[in-house]
Amino acid sequence: MKWLTLILLIFLVPGQRIVADEFSEKDVERWLAQFEIVAKEGRQLWVSPKLGTNGVACAQCHPNGANTHPETYPKFQKQLGKVTHIWEMINWCIKNPLEGKSLAADDPKMIALQAYIYKERKGVALSPGKH
Amino acid sequence: MSISRRNFIKGSSSALIAGMLPVSMVKLAFAKPEHNFTFAYISDSHIQHIKNNQFVRNWDQGLKRAVAEANLLDPKPDFAVFGGDLAQLGTKAELDHGAEILSGLRYKNYMVMGEHDYYLDYGEYWSELYGKQYYSFDHKGVHFVVLNSILTYDEWNNRWDTAEQRMGEMAGLDNPNGSPFMVGKKQLKWLKKDLAKYDKDTPVVVFSHSPLQKIYKGWNFWTEEAEQIQKLLNRFEQANVIYGHVHQIQYNQIGNIAFSSVMSTAWPWPYPSTYAQAESHLPILTVPMNRADPFDERDATGWQFMNMHSGRTDLSFNLYSNDNRILKWNAKRNHLEDDKYQYQNNPTAPQKHY
Ligand code: HEC
Repeated sequence: MKWLTLILLIFLVPGQRIVADEFSEKDVERWLAQFEIVAKEGRQLWVSPKLGTNGVACAQCHPNGANTHPETYPKFQKQLGKVTHIWEMINWCIKNPLEGKSLAADDPKMIALQAYIYKERKGVALSPGKH
Repeated sequence: MSISRRNFIKGSSSALIAGMLPVSMVKLAFAKPEHNFTFAYISDSHIQHIKNNQFVRNWDQGLKRAVAEANLLDPKPDFAVFGGDLAQLGTKAELDHGAEILSGLRYKNYMVMGEHDYYLDYGEYWSELYGKQYYSFDHKGVHFVVLNSILTYDEWNNRWDTAEQRMGEMAGLDNPNGSPFMVGKKQLKWLKKDLAKYDKDTPVVVFSHSPLQKIYKGWNFWTEEAEQIQKLLNRFEQANVIYGHVHQIQYNQIGNIAFSSVMSTAWPWPYPSTYAQAESHLPILTVPMNRADPFDERDATGWQFMNMHSGRTDLSFNLYSNDNRILKWNAKRNHLEDDKYQYQNNPTAPQKHY
């Protein structure tokens, strides 16, 4: 019943058509800016002594995000004995060198860390599975 | 992760250390026996204060282990050197804690200044503990010079509102607000005068924290007056520069000057070439280390002992949980060379973990 009304409504609204996703340069600019904001948050977390509990920061060992190899994930992580995505290795480093608590895969902080890591690695060819 | 590895990471009792350590050095006989001796080199321990009496366990472990292992050297080295960055943020708490661990060394110990020891109070407390920030000495016919190569422009020093802020900005390796390392006019003048007293056939060894060559400015693998310093050193037939800061194996030959880095006891750094967005200049002589294992917190950290002969320094890198690497002076080729891995096209260094 409800569905029927909804469908009827859509057809009844004047000028309503079904179109492909259209976007302008302005949209693209905005989306990129949104990404940059999150990547910047990622950089702040990267150098933050507060992400873990012992004051150690990711940047101490990974200057400019180097040696995090985002282009190689998902890959078989020998030490974990399975194919993993990068967030699991991020959590490894949070729990161990930073003596912190792991983040959920969809935690905004986790997304921000990845935005930063990928940004620093821009231009490097994807190479999933590479050791 | 296997259980044995977990135990390995957790345990670092000295019994364990003694059991796995190659402590005997191979001493070779050379032309001028009076120039033959050995010394130990420990660097970049980055002792980091958390709060109260808590310090980052990982970095403490690295330094404690280096001290314990160096004490086991047989034959005994003539002295030890600490290559800078004893502390992470230059505080009294960190320098005191680091100094306490270092004081376990049973040898005379020469200290080099690192930027992490310096930028909170311009090295004042460090100097209270260790004295002069640059100096020289002679040992068995070899002239040693210790530089403070991590100074920078006054303009940059004066840019910050607080000492803590200045220290924090310099402590970030990849910080775009950082500033290039230098020895400065006064020290350069002193160096010139100091070296002028020696003949060109006196072997000279310089200890600095930064590389005294230009490898990658973005991470301060760099010294502003590198060319001028090299010019002063190149007059000597046997000049050697040993530097810390880079937390990785690097070696190079420029004219008569043999360069080699030392490891950090705290953590390894990626080679600058792994940063995709910038150009760097790792010396082509260098056969890089392999990747470090993030599951083994001591992998690709370590310390070294030096075998001084014929005016040159061979280096043995004692890499915790990794095969050691040895750089030997090759008199025919006139540069340092890895005793196993000699060319860039054979770059995979010994590596147990990955
Ligand atoms: C004590 C030093 C240290 C700290 C601090 C540290 N890491 Fe790591 N991490 C390593 C080492 C060493 C590796 C292995 C590097 C390699 O494979 O060359 C590694 C590997 C990784 C990898 C996997 C790379 C691969 O290909 O296997 C990721 C992702 C990573 N770190 C993220 C982080 C993040 C995020 C932080 C901060 C929360 C962090 N690390 C803090 C030392 C550290």
